[in-house]
Amino acid sequence: MSIEDKIILKIRDLSVSTDGNQILNGLNLTVKKGETHAIMGPNGSGKSTLAKTVAGHPDYLITSGKIKFLNKDLSSMSVNERSNLGLFLGFQYPIEIPGLSNTAFLKAAINAQRKFYDLEDISAHDFLLQLKSTADQLGLDQSFLSRGVNEGFSGGEKKRNEIMQMLMLNPKLSILDETDSGLDIDSMKVVARGVNSSRSEDSSTIIITHYERLLNYLVPDYVHVFFDGKIIKTGNLELANELEKKGYEWLIQKK
Amino acid sequence: MTTQQNKEINEFLDKNYEFGFTTEIDSETLPPGINEDVIRIISSKKNEPEFLLNWRLKAFAYWKTLKTPEWSQLNINPIDYQSISYFSQPKQTNAPKSLDEVDPKLLETYEKLGIPLHERAQLAGVAVDAVFDSVSVITTFKDKLAEAGVIFCSFSEAVQDHPQLIKKYLGKVVPYRDNFFAALNAAVFSDGTFVYIPKGVRCPMELSTYFRINEAKTGQFERTLIIADEDSYVSYLEGCTAPMRDENQLHAAVVELITLNNAEIKYSTVQNWYPGDEQGRGGIYNFVTKRGDCRGNNSKISWTQIETGSAITWKYPSCILRGENSKGEFHSIALTNNLQQADTGTKMIHLGKNTKSKIISKGISAKQSQNTYRGLVSMAKGASDSRNYTQCDSLLIGNKSGAHTFPSINVKNSTSVLEHEATTSKISDDQLFYCQQRGINEEDAIGLIVSGFCKEVLRELPMEFAVEARALLQVNLEGAIG
Repeated sequence: MSIEDKIILKIRDLSVSTDGNQILNGLNLTVKKGETHAIMGPNGSGKSTLAKTVAGHPDYLITSGKIKFLNKDLSSMSVNERSNLGLFLGFQYPIEIPGLSNTAFLKAAINAQRKFYDLEDISAHDFLLQLKSTADQLGLDQSFLSRGVNEGFSGGEKKRNEIMQMLMLNPKLSILDETDSGLDIDSMKVVARGVNSSRSEDSSTIIITHYERLLNYLVPDYVHVFFDGKIIKTGNLELANELEKKGYEWLIQKK
Repeated sequence: MTTQQNKEINEFLDKNYEFGFTTEIDSETLPPGINEDVIRIISSKKNEPEFLLNWRLKAFAYWKTLKTPEWSQLNINPIDYQSISYFSQPKQTNAPKSLDEVDPKLLETYEKLGIPLHERAQLAGVAVDAVFDSVSVITTFKDKLAEAGVIFCSFSEAVQDHPQLIKKYLGKVVPYRDNFFAALNAAVFSDGTFVYIPKGVRCPMELSTYFRINEAKTGQFERTLIIADEDSYVSYLEGCTAPMRDENQLHAAVVELITLNNAEIKYSTVQNWYPGDEQGRGGIYNFVTKRGDCRGNNSKISWTQIETGSAITWKYPSCILRGENSKGEFHSIALTNNLQQADTGTKMIHLGKNTKSKIISKGISAKQSQNTYRGLVSMAKGASDSRNYTQCDSLLIGNKSGAHTFPSINVKNSTSVLEHEATTSKISDDQLFYCQQRGINEEDAIGLIVSGFCKEVLRELPMEFAVEARALLQVNLEGAIG
């Protein structure tokens, strides 16, 4: 296996603007198969922008640089194609789709992915079995599956729902944007268990977070600190622990 | 929304009307124009009893005194009533007794429309009456229904075989004096469907009528009359399509429903008449009067309509809640795209004590279309302790379409309770992005979001049709952000 084959995501010199404001400034990041990366940093440093840009949100304009996902250039790829290739974004604020059942939505997503790989639609039986076991794993009861997508869900339910979708879609790269915000300890443990269960040698995770707490459960291989649209420091879990105690100020000043 | 997204949505919205083909078939069509002679010809072709001819003539005389109503805000091209042909039927000497006698071209037409008339190919448990232009070509499962005592036949046959029922019930819910189009229909109606469910019978299968306009420059004027006698139940569905033509064609139907004590009629419509092209050329003018009379105590009438076609839809399926404890329901999805216009809603007229009504209206407007809910809830003095719940939701796609709501409430007693809820929402970029990030393309995403919005109404449809209706919504949504 060549080095290129081991790389899931390669970002080179990426600059991105939205609404005329430059947010990312020459960002470099490489994520290999099986790795878990954490991204931390003060508000406005470009963490969510990175997530949305990689996913292809139309409001974010790449002004320079390149993103390669599984060795494919993402710049001309539609949002749904990126997803079908195995890119998953766990939303910071999951979107409500009133009336559309969680089950129907997930089934449409799974079948879209299967269609992309020229596979038949999933059978109702297989789908329901898989759905039920995933929901059980995340402590979500059956009634949750027939409710509208994120409709009237509590903050914790929304985040668990994101993880359920992630587990069902079995992505190659998951970018979880503040999946831990607004979660109580128990929910966080459930979410962390879900994320851990999805880890494999072939798939990778990027976790965007403000707190070390989730990272203590997930133990990332790398912790990156974002400031002003690029990475200013990279370390491991110890760095996250240090940031929890000291904040970001010392790093920014050192820079 | 980005240009690219707009483009994709527009492409989606611009899909073609699937049922726009015409059938090359010899037809016997009356020359255009309306006068007493035309009415006499229609009546004599149908070998009608005198009472019916006289009723038609009275209706015509009354219609001549009327002017086209202009109170709606609809933008209607003037209709020249002398340029319409009022009767067209496929050439076939006698009414076919079985499918073997039906012109194969007709069978093929219905096959293409997804309505196979061969009983072996039919949807299990659904009997179909197929109306082609002005006449009914075949009614399926008649014998099986007859065993249960159910009469399900074309209106023309009912006039011959059950004149006493026609005489007793015709025009009693929608009199010819009701409105301009009801008067015109009474004068020239050519066929339609008749249903009678006898006392104590639960109709053993779904009944449906499939309306097809084929001939150019014709109007379709059918009447449907459904009577549910005491303690009976029937579920009925109608579907409609027409070829693509540059001129507008008029469809002015009348539907009358009557429920006696403890009876229930569930009436569903999937209306997919040709809507015209994206410049608003052509399309059906769907000007229909539908009304149900809950005459008996504890009786119930529920209307469910999925209105996706027609250049203009102008109709208010209504309930007169006369019997004590009677119930009326109206569940509606009206979807407009391009330059389509819809002005639809319902009237719930509470007359009896302790009557209940429920209105759920979902309007979806895309491109430059205009979608109006217009409704009346009226509680008479005698309708004590009555209740109404109304929910009107509008979904806008893009930023050039319009949604309008005109609810009227008229209460004459102090013990009734009314609730009205209304919302207006848009398909947001965030919703589309969320769906797309889960791998679903934009076109399917819009379909999913719309079907979620319409859920409460879609679940009212008989199961066989709910899937079709969902697909129809998706197809008719071709693009929607203009």
